[in-house]
Amino acid sequence: MEEQTKAEERSVKTTENRPGKKAKNKYLTLFLSTLKLSAFTFGGGFVIIPLMRKKFVEELGWIDEQEMIDMTAIAQSSPGAIAVNASILVGYRVAGIPGAMLTVIGTVIPPLVIISVISFFYKAFRDSRVVGMIMAGMMCGVAAVIVDVVINMAKTVFRQKRILPVIVMAAAFVATRFFSVNIIIIILACGLTGAADTFIRDRKSRKKAEKEEGGNGDLS
Amino acid sequence: MIYLELFLNFLQIGLFSIGGGYAAMPLIQERVVDAKGWLSMTQFADIMAIAEMTPGPIAINAATFVGIQVAGIPGAVVATLGCIFPSCIIVTVLAYFYYRFRKLNMIQGVLSGLRPAVIAMIASAGIALIILAFYGQRSLPSDLASADIIAVAIFAVAVFVLRMWKPNPVFVMAGSGVAGLILYSLFG
Repeated sequence: MEEQTKAEERSVKTTENRPGKKAKNKYLTLFLSTLKLSAFTFGGGFVIIPLMRKKFVEELGWIDEQEMIDMTAIAQSSPGAIAVNASILVGYRVAGIPGAMLTVIGTVIPPLVIISVISFFYKAFRDSRVVGMIMAGMMCGVAAVIVDVVINMAKTVFRQKRILPVIVMAAAFVATRFFSVNIIIIILACGLTGAADTFIRDRKSRKKAEKEEGGNGDLS
Repeated sequence: MIYLELFLNFLQIGLFSIGGGYAAMPLIQERVVDAKGWLSMTQFADIMAIAEMTPGPIAINAATFVGIQVAGIPGAVVATLGCIFPSCIIVTVLAYFYYRFRKLNMIQGVLSGLRPAVIAMIASAGIALIILAFYGQRSLPSDLASADIIAVAIFAVAVFVLRMWKPNPVFVMAGSGVAGLILYSLFG
């Protein structure tokens, strides 16, 4: 599979080197997208994930659905801000280490600029009614975007038509929402569950195949 | 050397805040208010309120704010760099391993267990944001009907628009901001 991704990368490079313009556009799009997304990440790190998913999975098609979810898991179990971690992953996926550097800069600039400007008159900002009204409205909009994306993502889980992922989803939800269980513990528990599930299913299908093919169990 | 100190202190914050967002708050307070005295407790509360009102990760917002207070714009840049430095190294390494090994069966299994959990956690963060938007506080009040009608209306319309026409979410968020300004100044 690694060869395949490498081959994909190579083909992307060759096709993009020819016009010489498209490659530049890729970096520019990457940078501007993260810049824009970061400027709308209200209310903590997770918010950027649905926005990224919309942009990079649905609009640009640079990243697939599963990958985006894997990235989220990596982003939130690594130290640092989730938004920063997620942009590093997206940048790395699309354009390697230079891409990761671009997306990090893109993610950091909006808060850096906004807070720098605000810090000079932050008392007025904090107490401004107009600012408060706009922010209150925007928060509703962001919440709506998250709900929209969660519905789309949950659909993919239900579509598998297996009971275990649904149970894992429900249990993880109850654990975070009602018991504020540490995220690392949830990640570990769910990762182990998934590994055990795959292990058991592998063994079952191998046994089945051995029975059917009379011991000629070369499956993969 | 104030720049180095800013860098190192925010490096610690970046390194030890796992889970993001509000998990970073006590850590920032410990470093910036208690250990270094760069901000007073009131200033710290102010920056947390501003961080909630403005976009961007809380740790980056705090780094920028503290950096400016202590050493101007260069201070803000240095503190922010310190904050993201651990992420850059660790996440790049993890990304490398992810793309190298993700096709292994066991890794696939682990990831398949994580996916539903991630969706659940995003859902939980979404609900927390809805509660904050509807009630102006972090926990659900005993009187559920005390919700802010305007916020509920904006939220409902935004969800409807998103499900119906799948527009670019940036427009929905900006539109909600404008709607907030208009509705709150008319009826608020």
